[in-house]
Amino acid sequence: MAESPFKAEIERVQKEYSEKMTPGAIAVIPGSSVVNKTGSWRVFMPEFNRDKCVRCYLCYIYCPEPAIYLDEENYPVFDYDYCKGCGICANECPVDAITMVREVK
Amino acid sequence: MPIRKVMKANEAAAWAAKLAKPKVIAAFPITPSTLVPEKISEFVADGELDAEFIKVESEHSAISACVGASAAGVRTFTATASQGLALMHEILFIAAGMRLPIVIAVGNRALSAPINIWNDWQDTISERDTGWLQFYAENNQEALDLILIAFKVAEDERVLLPAMVGFDAFILTHTVEPVEIPDQELVDEFLGEYVPKHAYLDPSKPITQGTLAFPAHYMEARYTVWEANENAKKVIDEVFAEFEKRFGRKYQKIEEYRTDDAEIIFVTMGSLAGTVKEYVDMLREKGVKVGVAKITVYRPFPTEEVRELAKKAKVLALLEKNVTFSIGGALFQDFSRALINEKEKPVIVDFILGLGGRDVTFKDLDEALGIAQKALAGEEFDEVNWIGLRKEIL
Ligand code: SF4
Ligand code: SF4
Repeated sequence: MAESPFKAEIERVQKEYSEKMTPGAIAVIPGSSVVNKTGSWRVFMPEFNRDKCVRCYLCYIYCPEPAIYLDEENYPVFDYDYCKGCGICANECPVDAITMVREVK
Repeated sequence: MPIRKVMKANEAAAWAAKLAKPKVIAAFPITPSTLVPEKISEFVADGELDAEFIKVESEHSAISACVGASAAGVRTFTATASQGLALMHEILFIAAGMRLPIVIAVGNRALSAPINIWNDWQDTISERDTGWLQFYAENNQEALDLILIAFKVAEDERVLLPAMVGFDAFILTHTVEPVEIPDQELVDEFLGEYVPKHAYLDPSKPITQGTLAFPAHYMEARYTVWEANENAKKVIDEVFAEFEKRFGRKYQKIEEYRTDDAEIIFVTMGSLAGTVKEYVDMLREKGVKVGVAKITVYRPFPTEEVRELAKKAKVLALLEKNVTFSIGGALFQDFSRALINEKEKPVIVDFILGLGGRDVTFKDLDEALGIAQKALAGEEFDEVNWIGLRKEIL
Protein backbone atom coordinates (compact mmCIF):
# COMPACT_ATOMS: atom_id res chain seq x y z
CA MET A 1 0.00 0.00 0.00
CA ALA A 2 1.37 3.41 -0.97
CA GLU A 3 1.87 5.93 1.76
CA SER A 4 -0.40 8.93 2.12
CA PRO A 5 1.36 12.03 0.80
CA PHE A 6 0.26 13.80 4.03
CA LYS A 7 2.05 11.35 6.29
CA ALA A 8 4.68 13.72 7.69
CA GLU A 9 2.17 16.49 8.32
CA ILE A 10 -0.29 14.07 9.86
CA GLU A 11 2.31 12.76 12.26
CA ARG A 12 3.45 16.23 13.24
CA VAL A 13 -0.13 17.41 13.91
CA GLN A 14 -1.07 14.23 15.70
CA LYS A 15 1.84 14.58 18.06
CA GLU A 16 1.23 18.20 18.85
CA TYR A 17 -2.54 17.91 19.07
CA SER A 18 -2.70 14.75 21.09
CA GLU A 19 -0.67 16.23 23.89
CA LYS A 20 -3.03 18.92 25.08
CA MET A 21 -6.67 19.87 24.92
CA THR A 22 -7.08 23.53 23.98
CA PRO A 23 -9.83 25.58 25.69
CA GLY A 24 -13.00 25.18 23.67
CA ALA A 25 -11.41 22.27 21.78
CA ILE A 26 -10.02 24.72 19.26
CA ALA A 27 -7.92 23.21 16.49
CA VAL A 28 -4.89 25.46 16.57
CA ILE A 29 -3.08 23.94 13.61
CA PRO A 30 -4.56 24.75 10.24
CA GLY A 31 -5.33 21.65 8.22
CA SER A 32 -5.52 19.45 11.28
CA SER A 33 -8.65 17.91 9.78
CA VAL A 34 -6.15 15.75 7.91
CA VAL A 35 -5.67 13.74 11.09
CA ASN A 36 -9.35 12.85 11.38
CA LYS A 37 -9.00 9.32 10.22
CA THR A 38 -12.50 8.78 8.96
CA GLY A 39 -11.52 5.23 8.18
CA SER A 40 -12.22 4.36 11.82
CA TRP A 41 -15.97 4.49 11.09
CA ARG A 42 -15.70 1.68 8.53
CA VAL A 43 -17.61 -1.57 8.82
CA PHE A 44 -16.87 -3.02 5.36
CA MET A 45 -13.58 -2.60 3.52
CA PRO A 46 -12.78 -2.86 -0.18
CA GLU A 47 -10.65 -5.84 -1.11
CA PHE A 48 -8.73 -5.33 -4.34
CA ASN A 49 -7.90 -7.98 -6.93
CA ARG A 50 -5.03 -6.64 -9.00
CA ASP A 51 -5.25 -9.44 -11.58
CA LYS A 52 -8.78 -8.46 -12.62
CA CYS A 53 -8.16 -4.70 -12.72
CA VAL A 54 -8.18 -3.04 -16.16
CA ARG A 55 -7.03 0.39 -14.84
CA CYS A 56 -10.11 2.26 -16.00
CA TYR A 57 -9.94 4.50 -12.87
CA LEU A 58 -13.68 4.58 -12.30
CA CYS A 59 -13.03 3.69 -8.67
CA TYR A 60 -10.46 6.48 -8.42
CA ILE A 61 -12.93 9.02 -9.86
CA TYR A 62 -15.94 7.91 -7.84
CA CYS A 63 -14.35 7.51 -4.40
CA PRO A 64 -15.97 10.32 -2.34
CA GLU A 65 -13.18 10.49 0.23
CA PRO A 66 -10.88 10.36 -1.92
CA ALA A 67 -9.06 7.40 -0.50
CA ILE A 68 -7.72 5.86 -3.68
CA TYR A 69 -4.26 6.72 -4.98
CA LEU A 70 -2.47 5.31 -7.97
CA ASP A 71 0.79 3.43 -7.64
CA GLU A 72 3.80 3.61 -9.97
CA GLU A 73 2.14 1.27 -12.42
CA ASN A 74 -1.11 3.22 -12.19
CA TYR A 75 -3.01 0.55 -10.30
CA PRO A 76 -5.39 1.80 -7.57
CA VAL A 77 -4.17 1.79 -3.98
CA PHE A 78 -6.61 2.09 -1.07
CA ASP A 79 -5.82 4.32 1.90
CA TYR A 80 -7.57 2.58 4.75
CA ASP A 81 -6.98 5.54 7.08
CA TYR A 82 -9.63 7.42 5.13
CA CYS A 83 -11.61 4.81 3.21
CA LYS A 84 -14.99 4.82 4.98
CA GLY A 85 -16.14 1.61 3.41
CA CYS A 86 -19.02 3.06 1.43
CA GLY A 87 -18.61 0.48 -1.31
CA ILE A 88 -18.99 2.92 -4.20
CA CYS A 89 -15.70 1.78 -5.76
CA ALA A 90 -16.82 -1.84 -5.70
CA ASN A 91 -20.14 -0.86 -7.20
CA GLU A 92 -18.56 1.17 -10.00
CA CYS A 93 -15.81 -1.29 -10.96
CA PRO A 94 -16.87 -2.79 -14.32
CA VAL A 95 -14.83 -5.99 -13.88
CA ASP A 96 -15.56 -6.77 -10.22
CA ALA A 97 -11.97 -6.24 -9.21
CA ILE A 98 -13.17 -4.81 -5.88
CA THR A 99 -15.27 -6.72 -3.33
CA MET A 100 -16.49 -5.40 -0.02
CA VAL A 101 -15.64 -7.62 2.94
CA ARG A 102 -16.62 -7.26 6.57
CA GLU A 103 -13.71 -5.84 8.50
CA VAL A 104 -12.80 -7.43 11.77
CA LYS A 105 -10.39 -5.54 14.01
CA MET B 1 -18.93 60.33 41.23
CA PRO B 2 -21.35 57.47 40.76
CA ILE B 3 -24.83 58.70 39.94
CA ARG B 4 -28.05 57.35 41.40
CA LYS B 5 -30.98 56.96 39.06
CA VAL B 6 -34.39 55.47 39.53
CA MET B 7 -34.76 52.65 37.04
CA LYS B 8 -36.16 49.24 36.20
CA ALA B 9 -33.94 46.15 36.34
CA ASN B 10 -34.15 46.00 32.55
CA GLU B 11 -32.61 49.46 32.36
CA ALA B 12 -30.06 48.51 34.99
CA ALA B 13 -29.06 45.56 32.81
CA ALA B 14 -28.74 47.83 29.79
CA TRP B 15 -26.62 50.23 31.83
CA ALA B 16 -24.42 47.36 32.95
CA ALA B 17 -23.95 46.38 29.32
CA LYS B 18 -23.11 49.97 28.40
CA LEU B 19 -20.54 50.16 31.18
CA ALA B 20 -19.00 46.83 30.13
CA LYS B 21 -18.60 48.16 26.55
CA PRO B 22 -19.41 45.02 24.58
CA LYS B 23 -18.52 45.20 20.91
CA VAL B 24 -21.52 43.15 19.78
CA ILE B 25 -25.05 42.94 21.14
CA ALA B 26 -27.44 40.67 19.28
CA ALA B 27 -30.98 40.48 20.57
CA PHE B 28 -34.55 39.55 19.84
CA PRO B 29 -37.34 41.13 21.88
CA ILE B 30 -39.26 39.01 24.37
CA THR B 31 -41.38 39.90 27.37
CA PRO B 32 -40.26 40.81 30.01
CA SER B 33 -36.71 41.62 28.86
CA THR B 34 -37.51 43.57 25.67
CA LEU B 35 -36.52 46.83 27.28
CA VAL B 36 -32.91 45.66 27.69
CA PRO B 37 -32.02 45.60 23.97
CA GLU B 38 -34.33 48.58 23.37
CA LYS B 39 -32.36 50.67 25.81
CA ILE B 40 -29.06 49.39 24.42
CA SER B 41 -30.14 50.25 20.88
CA GLU B 42 -30.72 53.80 22.13
CA PHE B 43 -27.25 53.92 23.65
CA VAL B 44 -25.79 52.72 20.34
CA ALA B 45 -27.92 55.10 18.25
CA ASP B 46 -26.97 58.04 20.46
CA GLY B 47 -23.31 57.24 20.10
CA GLU B 48 -22.95 56.49 23.82
CA LEU B 49 -21.93 52.91 23.17
CA ASP B 50 -19.59 51.99 20.35
CA ALA B 51 -20.96 48.57 19.46
CA GLU B 52 -22.56 46.59 16.70
CA PHE B 53 -26.25 46.12 17.53
CA ILE B 54 -27.55 43.16 15.55
CA LYS B 55 -31.29 42.81 15.10
CA VAL B 56 -32.01 39.15 14.51
CA GLU B 57 -35.12 37.13 13.74
CA SER B 58 -35.12 34.82 16.75
CA GLU B 59 -33.35 34.08 20.01
CA HIS B 60 -31.65 31.12 18.36
CA SER B 61 -30.10 33.62 15.94
CA ALA B 62 -29.35 36.11 18.71
CA ILE B 63 -27.21 33.68 20.65
CA SER B 64 -25.73 32.28 17.43
CA ALA B 65 -24.61 35.77 16.44
CA CYS B 66 -23.16 36.18 19.94
CA VAL B 67 -21.25 32.92 19.55
CA GLY B 68 -19.87 34.12 16.22
CA ALA B 69 -18.89 37.51 17.64
CA SER B 70 -17.36 36.04 20.77
CA ALA B 71 -15.46 33.48 18.70
CA ALA B 72 -14.13 36.37 16.65
CA GLY B 73 -12.76 37.75 19.90
CA VAL B 74 -14.99 40.53 21.24
CA ARG B 75 -17.04 41.07 24.39
CA THR B 76 -20.62 40.07 23.65
CA PHE B 77 -23.98 40.54 25.36
CA THR B 78 -27.63 39.68 24.89
CA ALA B 79 -30.84 39.54 26.89
CA THR B 80 -33.79 37.17 26.86
CA ALA B 81 -36.30 35.25 28.95
CA SER B 82 -38.43 32.12 29.11
CA GLN B 83 -39.22 30.64 25.67
CA GLY B 84 -36.47 32.81 24.23
CA LEU B 85 -33.88 31.21 26.48
CA ALA B 86 -35.36 27.81 25.72
CA LEU B 87 -34.98 28.53 22.01
CA MET B 88 -31.31 29.29 22.68
CA HIS B 89 -30.85 25.96 24.45
CA GLU B 90 -28.94 24.23 21.68
CA ILE B 91 -26.50 27.10 21.26
CA LEU B 92 -26.03 27.53 25.01
CA PHE B 93 -24.20 24.21 25.04
CA ILE B 94 -22.09 25.33 22.08
CA ALA B 95 -21.14 28.62 23.77
CA ALA B 96 -20.04 26.77 26.91
CA GLY B 97 -18.24 24.01 25.01
CA MET B 98 -16.40 26.59 22.92
CA ARG B 99 -15.60 28.42 26.16
CA LEU B 100 -16.94 31.78 24.99
CA PRO B 101 -17.48 34.32 27.79
CA ILE B 102 -20.83 35.67 26.55
CA VAL B 103 -23.14 37.26 29.12
CA ILE B 104 -26.94 37.04 28.96
CA ALA B 105 -29.36 39.03 31.08
CA VAL B 106 -32.46 36.95 31.73
CA GLY B 107 -35.76 38.33 32.97
CA ASN B 108 -36.76 35.15 34.81
CA ARG B 109 -40.14 34.08 33.47
CA ALA B 110 -42.33 30.96 33.47
CA LEU B 111 -42.42 28.56 30.52
CA SER B 112 -45.43 27.58 28.39
CA ALA B 113 -47.90 25.87 28.27
CA PRO B 114 -50.09 27.57 29.35
CA ILE B 115 -48.53 30.78 28.10
CA ASN B 116 -47.47 32.89 31.03
CA ILE B 117 -45.28 35.97 30.97
CA TRP B 118 -44.84 36.35 34.72
CA ASN B 119 -42.07 35.40 37.07
CA ASP B 120 -40.64 32.12 38.14
CA TRP B 121 -37.19 30.61 37.64
CA GLN B 122 -38.01 27.69 35.39
CA ASP B 123 -36.28 29.22 32.35
CA THR B 124 -32.78 29.55 33.78
CA ILE B 125 -33.14 26.52 36.06
CA SER B 126 -33.86 24.42 32.97
CA GLU B 127 -30.49 25.54 31.55
CA ARG B 128 -28.49 24.57 34.60
CA ASP B 129 -26.68 21.75 32.82
CA THR B 130 -25.49 23.76 29.84
CA GLY B 131 -22.21 24.70 31.52
CA TRP B 132 -23.18 28.37 31.91
CA LEU B 133 -22.50 30.21 35.14
CA GLN B 134 -25.70 31.42 36.81
CA PHE B 135 -26.20 34.45 39.03
CA TYR B 136 -29.51 35.59 40.55
CA ALA B 137 -30.26 39.19 41.51
CA GLU B 138 -32.42 40.20 44.46
CA ASN B 139 -32.96 43.78 43.30
CA ASN B 140 -32.18 46.16 40.46
CA GLN B 141 -28.82 47.20 41.87
CA GLU B 142 -27.78 43.55 41.98
CA ALA B 143 -28.92 43.09 38.39
CA LEU B 144 -26.47 45.82 37.33
CA ASP B 145 -23.63 44.70 39.59
CA LEU B 146 -23.93 41.00 38.83
CA ILE B 147 -23.73 41.60 35.07
CA LEU B 148 -20.42 43.41 35.56
CA ILE B 149 -19.26 40.64 37.87
CA ALA B 150 -20.43 38.01 35.38
CA PHE B 151 -18.26 39.51 32.63
CA LYS B 152 -15.24 39.59 34.91
CA VAL B 153 -15.65 35.98 36.02
CA ALA B 154 -16.57 34.68 32.57
CA GLU B 155 -13.52 36.24 30.94
CA ASP B 156 -11.06 35.04 33.57
CA GLU B 157 -8.56 32.71 31.92
CA ARG B 158 -9.19 30.07 34.56
CA VAL B 159 -12.90 30.10 33.72
CA LEU B 160 -13.73 31.13 30.13
CA LEU B 161 -17.37 30.18 30.41
CA PRO B 162 -20.51 32.08 29.45
CA ALA B 163 -22.69 33.45 32.23
CA MET B 164 -26.35 34.31 32.72
CA VAL B 165 -27.71 36.76 35.24
CA GLY B 166 -31.35 36.27 36.22
CA PHE B 167 -33.68 38.88 37.65
CA ASP B 168 -37.35 38.28 38.31
CA ALA B 169 -39.87 39.17 35.60
CA PHE B 170 -41.92 42.28 36.39
CA ILE B 171 -41.05 42.15 40.10
CA LEU B 172 -37.68 43.53 39.04
CA THR B 173 -37.69 43.94 35.25
CA HIS B 174 -40.54 46.47 35.33
CA THR B 175 -40.27 47.92 38.82
CA VAL B 176 -38.32 51.08 39.48
CA GLU B 177 -35.80 51.33 42.29
CA PRO B 178 -32.87 53.64 42.93
CA VAL B 179 -29.77 52.19 41.30
CA GLU B 180 -26.24 53.46 41.64
CA ILE B 181 -24.48 53.64 38.29
CA PRO B 182 -20.76 53.30 38.90
CA ASP B 183 -18.23 55.56 37.21
CA GLN B 184 -17.15 54.42 33.78
CA GLU B 185 -13.45 54.74 34.70
CA LEU B 186 -13.91 52.48 37.71
CA VAL B 187 -15.69 49.88 35.62
CA ASP B 188 -12.96 50.13 32.99
CA GLU B 189 -10.38 49.48 35.68
CA PHE B 190 -12.41 46.61 37.12
CA LEU B 191 -13.20 44.86 33.85
CA GLY B 192 -10.38 45.91 31.60
CA GLU B 193 -10.60 45.31 27.90
CA TYR B 194 -11.44 41.79 26.81
CA VAL B 195 -8.34 40.36 25.20
CA PRO B 196 -9.16 36.87 23.95
CA LYS B 197 -6.36 34.36 24.27
CA HIS B 198 -8.02 31.35 22.73
CA ALA B 199 -10.95 32.46 20.57
CA TYR B 200 -10.27 35.14 18.01
CA LEU B 201 -10.32 35.83 14.31
CA ASP B 202 -6.87 36.46 12.89
CA PRO B 203 -6.38 35.59 9.23
CA SER B 204 -2.63 35.51 9.72
CA LYS B 205 -2.99 32.84 12.40
CA PRO B 206 -5.86 30.62 11.35
CA ILE B 207 -7.55 28.29 13.85
CA THR B 208 -10.62 26.09 13.65
CA GLN B 209 -13.35 26.67 16.25
CA GLY B 210 -16.41 24.56 16.90
CA THR B 211 -14.62 21.50 15.61
CA LEU B 212 -15.73 17.92 15.48
CA ALA B 213 -14.38 15.81 18.32
CA PHE B 214 -14.12 12.08 17.94
CA PRO B 215 -14.69 9.81 20.91
CA ALA B 216 -10.96 10.17 21.60
CA HIS B 217 -11.35 13.86 22.48
CA TYR B 218 -15.00 14.66 23.29
CA MET B 219 -14.89 13.43 26.87
CA GLU B 220 -11.80 15.47 27.65
CA ALA B 221 -13.44 18.54 26.12
CA ARG B 222 -16.47 18.04 28.39
CA TYR B 223 -14.18 17.58 31.37
CA THR B 224 -12.54 20.94 30.73
CA VAL B 225 -16.00 22.55 31.01
CA TRP B 226 -16.47 20.72 34.32
CA GLU B 227 -13.03 21.87 35.48
CA ALA B 228 -13.71 25.47 34.43
CA ASN B 229 -16.94 25.39 36.47
CA GLU B 230 -14.97 24.18 39.50
CA ASN B 231 -12.31 26.88 38.95
CA ALA B 232 -15.07 29.48 38.78
CA LYS B 233 -15.85 28.95 42.49
CA LYS B 234 -12.54 30.48 43.56
CA VAL B 235 -12.57 33.12 40.83
CA ILE B 236 -16.06 34.26 41.85
CA ASP B 237 -14.89 34.78 45.45
CA GLU B 238 -11.93 36.82 44.19
CA VAL B 239 -14.09 38.91 41.89
CA PHE B 240 -16.69 39.50 44.63
CA ALA B 241 -13.89 40.71 46.92
CA GLU B 242 -12.48 42.99 44.24
CA PHE B 243 -15.94 44.34 43.45
CA GLU B 244 -16.51 45.15 47.12
CA LYS B 245 -13.18 46.92 47.33
CA ARG B 246 -13.86 49.05 44.27
CA PHE B 247 -17.60 49.68 44.53
CA GLY B 248 -18.37 49.05 48.19
CA ARG B 249 -21.11 46.49 47.67
CA LYS B 250 -20.58 43.05 49.12
CA TYR B 251 -21.60 39.85 47.37
CA GLN B 252 -21.38 36.24 48.45
CA LYS B 253 -22.34 33.03 46.74
CA ILE B 254 -24.75 32.42 49.58
CA GLU B 255 -25.75 35.51 51.53
CA GLU B 256 -26.91 34.78 55.02
CA TYR B 257 -29.38 36.88 56.95
CA ARG B 258 -30.03 36.38 60.68
CA THR B 259 -28.87 32.77 60.47
CA ASP B 260 -26.57 32.75 63.49
CA ASP B 261 -28.82 31.08 66.05
CA ALA B 262 -31.53 30.05 63.59
CA GLU B 263 -33.24 26.70 63.92
CA ILE B 264 -35.00 27.03 60.60
CA ILE B 265 -33.27 28.65 57.63
CA PHE B 266 -35.29 29.59 54.58
CA VAL B 267 -33.22 29.15 51.44
CA THR B 268 -34.24 31.05 48.35
CA MET B 269 -33.06 33.11 45.38
CA GLY B 270 -33.85 36.29 43.47
CA SER B 271 -36.33 38.89 44.63
CA LEU B 272 -38.10 36.40 46.88
CA ALA B 273 -35.13 36.72 49.24
CA GLY B 274 -36.20 40.30 49.95
CA THR B 275 -39.72 39.21 50.86
CA VAL B 276 -38.45 36.43 53.08
CA LYS B 277 -35.98 38.73 54.88
CA GLU B 278 -38.90 40.98 55.77
CA TYR B 279 -40.89 37.98 56.96
CA VAL B 280 -37.98 36.76 59.05
CA ASP B 281 -37.62 40.20 60.68
CA MET B 282 -41.26 39.95 61.68
CA LEU B 283 -40.83 36.45 63.11
CA ARG B 284 -37.67 37.43 64.99
CA GLU B 285 -39.66 40.08 66.82
CA LYS B 286 -41.92 37.29 68.03
CA GLY B 287 -38.84 35.30 69.10
CA VAL B 288 -39.00 32.67 66.36
CA LYS B 289 -35.48 31.54 65.47
CA VAL B 290 -35.41 31.79 61.69
CA GLY B 291 -32.99 33.06 59.11
CA VAL B 292 -32.56 33.40 55.37
CA ALA B 293 -29.92 32.13 52.98
CA LYS B 294 -29.97 33.71 49.54
CA ILE B 295 -28.37 31.84 46.67
CA THR B 296 -26.63 34.45 44.52
CA VAL B 297 -24.51 31.97 42.59
CA TYR B 298 -26.36 28.85 41.52
CA ARG B 299 -23.84 27.54 38.96
CA PRO B 300 -21.20 26.63 39.87
CA PHE B 301 -23.20 25.22 42.76
CA PRO B 302 -21.72 26.47 46.05
CA THR B 303 -21.42 23.02 47.63
CA GLU B 304 -18.92 24.04 50.34
CA GLU B 305 -21.00 27.02 51.40
CA VAL B 306 -24.11 24.85 51.56
CA ARG B 307 -22.27 22.43 53.85
CA GLU B 308 -21.29 25.32 56.12
CA LEU B 309 -24.84 26.63 56.09
CA ALA B 310 -26.19 23.21 56.95
CA LYS B 311 -24.20 23.21 60.19
CA LYS B 312 -26.13 26.22 61.39
CA ALA B 313 -29.70 24.97 61.18
CA LYS B 314 -31.86 22.03 62.15
CA VAL B 315 -34.21 22.57 59.24
CA LEU B 316 -33.50 23.99 55.79
CA ALA B 317 -36.73 25.17 54.17
CA LEU B 318 -36.19 25.61 50.45
CA LEU B 319 -38.49 28.09 48.74
CA GLU B 320 -38.43 27.45 45.02
CA LYS B 321 -40.10 28.97 41.99
CA ASN B 322 -39.40 26.01 39.74
CA VAL B 323 -40.35 22.37 39.36
CA THR B 324 -38.10 19.39 38.75
CA PHE B 325 -40.47 16.52 38.18
CA SER B 326 -40.26 13.58 40.57
CA ILE B 327 -37.90 15.66 42.73
CA GLY B 328 -39.61 18.86 43.87
CA GLY B 329 -37.52 21.91 43.08
CA ALA B 330 -34.03 21.94 41.60
CA LEU B 331 -32.54 23.28 44.85
CA PHE B 332 -33.87 20.23 46.66
CA GLN B 333 -31.78 18.04 44.41
CA ASP B 334 -28.70 20.24 44.72
CA PHE B 335 -28.95 20.53 48.50
CA SER B 336 -29.56 16.80 48.89
CA ARG B 337 -26.48 16.09 46.81
CA ALA B 338 -24.34 18.54 48.76
CA LEU B 339 -25.34 17.02 52.10
CA ILE B 340 -25.83 13.35 51.34
CA ASN B 341 -22.49 12.19 52.74
CA GLU B 342 -22.33 14.62 55.65
CA LYS B 343 -22.49 12.96 59.05
CA GLU B 344 -24.65 15.60 60.67
CA LYS B 345 -27.22 17.14 58.44
CA PRO B 346 -30.37 19.17 58.84
CA VAL B 347 -33.77 18.06 57.67
CA ILE B 348 -34.59 19.50 54.26
CA VAL B 349 -38.15 20.49 53.41
CA ASP B 350 -38.94 21.66 49.93
CA PHE B 351 -41.56 24.23 48.97
CA ILE B 352 -42.75 25.02 45.46
CA LEU B 353 -44.45 28.38 45.30
CA GLY B 354 -44.97 31.52 43.29
CA LEU B 355 -45.03 29.80 39.90
CA GLY B 356 -46.05 31.89 36.89
CA GLY B 357 -46.17 35.13 38.85
CA ARG B 358 -48.36 33.91 41.74
CA ASP B 359 -47.77 36.31 44.63
CA VAL B 360 -45.85 34.90 47.55
CA THR B 361 -47.56 36.35 50.61
CA PHE B 362 -46.73 36.20 54.32
CA LYS B 363 -49.71 33.84 54.58
CA ASP B 364 -47.93 31.47 52.18
CA LEU B 365 -44.74 31.77 54.17
CA ASP B 366 -46.75 31.03 57.36
CA GLU B 367 -47.90 27.82 55.72
CA ALA B 368 -44.32 26.88 54.84
CA LEU B 369 -43.14 27.80 58.33
CA GLY B 370 -45.82 25.56 59.84
CA ILE B 371 -44.58 22.57 57.89
CA ALA B 372 -40.93 23.40 58.67
CA GLN B 373 -41.82 23.61 62.39
CA LYS B 374 -43.44 20.18 62.20
CA ALA B 375 -40.20 18.86 60.72
CA LEU B 376 -38.26 20.62 63.48
CA ALA B 377 -40.44 18.97 66.13
CA GLY B 378 -39.75 15.55 64.60
CA GLU B 379 -43.32 15.15 63.41
CA GLU B 380 -44.22 13.71 60.04
CA PHE B 381 -44.01 16.09 57.10
CA ASP B 382 -44.13 16.01 53.33
CA GLU B 383 -40.76 16.45 51.66
CA VAL B 384 -42.26 18.45 48.80
CA ASN B 385 -45.03 20.96 49.39
CA TRP B 386 -46.89 23.12 46.88
CA ILE B 387 -47.70 26.32 48.71
CA GLY B 388 -50.60 28.62 47.81
CA LEU B 389 -52.12 25.99 45.54
CA ARG B 390 -55.84 26.57 44.82
CA LYS B 391 -56.87 23.02 45.58
CA GLU B 392 -60.55 23.91 45.24
CA ILE B 393 -60.26 24.25 41.45
CA LEU B 394 -58.40 21.01 40.91
S1 SF4 C 1 -15.16 1.97 -0.17
FE1 SF4 C 1 -15.78 4.05 -0.60
S2 SF4 C 1 -14.32 5.25 0.54
FE2 SF4 C 1 -13.44 3.23 0.41
S3 SF4 C 1 -12.14 3.30 -1.37
FE3 SF4 C 1 -14.15 2.55 -2.07
S4 SF4 C 1 -15.23 4.36 -2.73
FE4 SF4 C 1 -13.50 5.08 -1.52
S1 SF4 D 1 -12.78 0.48 -11.28
FE1 SF4 D 1 -12.07 -1.60 -11.13
S2 SF4 D 1 -11.00 -1.94 -13.05
FE2 SF4 D 1 -11.28 0.26 -12.87
S3 SF4 D 1 -9.35 0.90 -11.94
FE3 SF4 D 1 -10.79 0.58 -10.28
S4 SF4 D 1 -10.41 -1.52 -9.66
FE4 SF4 D 1 -9.46 -1.26 -11.62
